[in-house]
Parts: sequence; C-alpha cells; structure tokens
Amino acid sequence: MTKPISVAAKTRQIVKKHGGGKSGMIAVLQDIQEAFNYLPKEALKTAAKAMNVPFSRVYEAATFYTAFSLKPRGKHIVKICKGTACHVRGAAILQDRFETTLGIKPGQTTADGKFSLETVNCVGACALGPVVVINADYHGQVTINKVDKIIKKINEEGAQS
Amino acid sequence: MVNMMIDGKNVSAPKGTMLLESIRGAGIAVPTLCAHEAISRSGACRLCVVEIKKGNRTRIVTSCLYGVEEGLIVDTKSERVLNVRRLVMELLLSRCPESDVLQKMARDMGVAPQPRYAVDTDKGKCILCRSCVRVCEEVVGVSAIGLFSRGSYKEVGTPYNEKSEVCIGCGACAYVCPTGHIEMISTGDRRKIWGRTFKMQACPKCGKFFAPVDQLKFISKKTGTSMEELSVCTECR
Repeated sequence: MTKPISVAAKTRQIVKKHGGGKSGMIAVLQDIQEAFNYLPKEALKTAAKAMNVPFSRVYEAATFYTAFSLKPRGKHIVKICKGTACHVRGAAILQDRFETTLGIKPGQTTADGKFSLETVNCVGACALGPVVVINADYHGQVTINKVDKIIKKINEEGAQS
Repeated sequence: MVNMMIDGKNVSAPKGTMLLESIRGAGIAVPTLCAHEAISRSGACRLCVVEIKKGNRTRIVTSCLYGVEEGLIVDTKSERVLNVRRLVMELLLSRCPESDVLQKMARDMGVAPQPRYAVDTDKGKCILCRSCVRVCEEVVGVSAIGLFSRGSYKEVGTPYNEKSEVCIGCGACAYVCPTGHIEMISTGDRRKIWGRTFKMQACPKCGKFFAPVDQLKFISKKTGTSMEELSVCTECR
C-alpha cells in the first residue's frame, strides 16, 4: 500500500509529469480524473497554479468536455452508447433498463457510490451495437436480459475483492 | 497598399489590415457587436458579414476578420448580405429579447422578433461574444472570467460561480460588453461585480470614489508606482 497522498500533492505530481503551460492541460485533467475519479475543485485550482494557466481557462476546459466530471462519480461508470447505430438497435430500451435496475438517471450516482450512469454519443464500436461500456470493458450486443447479468457480475466481483 | 472596389468605390488600404476598417474608412456603415478596438477580433457576432468577389466566385465573409486583398470586389449591401445579417439578428434577438442594444439594432435593420424561434428566457443579454473574457485576459491580464460549459448551456462567469480571487473589480468586462449583460453596481464607496463587493478608493483631494482599492493595488504591483500616488484620482493628479 502506498501511503495516502493529498489532492494537491498528487495534482502537482501529475502536472510535473506533463510539464507546465496550457498545451498539456487536457492530459493533466485526464490524469486527475483517473486519480480521483472526478475533478475535485482543489485539484483544478492546484493544477492551474502549477501549470501557470488561469483558473478560469482550466475550468473552461473542464466544463467543456463531457468526458470530465466535476461531481464525484461511482466506482463503476456505466456508459450507454446512444450513437446512431446503437440507437436504432435499442439503446433507449437499455437505458430504461439500467435506470430502473440501478434506480438512477444519467448523470447520477447510486446512493452506495457503486454505480454512475452516463450516456455517450458514440464509442466507435458501432458493429457491436448496442454497446455499453462499464469502466474499461466493452459489452457488445447487449440485451435487456444481459443488463441484470452484467450488474450482478460486477456486484459479485466487488464482494470478492 | 492594396486596391479594392467597395460598393463601387475605389478604396486602397494598407496590407495586413482588415476589411472592416476599409469599409468604414470609405464611409460605409457596417453593424458590429463584438469588434472592439481594445481587444483582438473574434468574429463572434457575425453581423459584419459582407460579400466578396474574387474572379467569378462570390462568398460571404466576416469583414472584421478578413484581411484586405488586391483586386477584391466587396459588396456590403447585396441582398445576400442583408439576408444573412437579418437571420443573424433574428437569432440574436430570440436569444436576448431584453437587450435594448439589440432591440434598437434590430429596429434599424427592420428585423422583427420571429415567432418561429423560441425565445430564451435564461440567457440574459449575453450573446457569448467572449469580449469580456478577452479583455480580462488581454488587457487587464487577470483572466478572472471565462465561458463555461458548452452548447445551449454555455454561460459567462467566474469558475464555480464563486467570488473570484483574482478579479480586481476594474469593470473592463462590463465596459466592453456590447449588450450590457454584465452587471456592475457602484454605490458610494462600494462596487459590486461578479458577486463580489469591492471597496472603492476615495481621492484625498476631491473625495470622489474613483477606483476599487484592489485595482490600484494591482496596478501598483505591476508598474511599481506607489499606492500614495495612485490614490489620487486621474483628474486631481
């Protein structure tokens, strides 16, 4: 186990890796999100100072891209693809199923902090549609019957570890 | 120098300048919102469109960003130009129906609010031209404000809508705002802008509250001029 490290210190570490200036900003934000699962306010402020970029510019980028979240997210992030191919193959029904199973709407996180639901516009795997991406795993040709199985499996894996 | 034909007039202009200047220099009026002498051009409002002709082709360009060219034939009042301008105006008007600047401009152009566009009620008078953000970055140099989110959610403000630590209360943003969206309220020794209240400096000679203390401190730090000297207003200095 590495010892816990403060948000500010971790952020400075990340900025150091990518170098200062605004050219590395997106990479820095991506790494911050990977480290904390979202973009904490403290991290953004620290990053702005360390990169020597105005805080407002950093916040602009953080709010512009939907890939960045300013709110804490769940341990598992469920991304339902709603691109054209997935849409015609029933992404809307899948979304409905996820919403009722998890009890949350897109953009929300379950009360136990386990799942976050998001919709994305295309993940570039149209041949597998409808696609659901959970963490880094791509689930192709998902049916509503598979939805419960997928969630059950993740819950079981979580219980083991 | 390059030679052009603008609305049938022969006009020459120095290389590297923009069409807008040549057109206005020739005494032709062009409506603009975001072109301001203090800040870099962005072509955001798109009201300055004109039609240019090179060879056999014509096209619509934003004159504020289009560099002058030898032999260019410019038409600022063709039906095509006026159509584009009217459409832009209609859209701006449906976004910011309360802006008196836009209302007056629309009247002058003969544009009425169009029922086919749903009127926005949550955008205030902001047309998202980014002039305020530019002046804060380029002229003031503090970058206290920005345009956040995107698409129909995009709005101007301070990060997290919190009181900015870097804002000096100079009011340059309110000054360049073409539509009067940014609210700055000055009452006696206080000035309120972007949700923060600034203490104003009183001139020791005439007693007028002329600038926020934070702004004077910022100038003092930047130029090395002493606070005593800056505390006297520009009229008494």
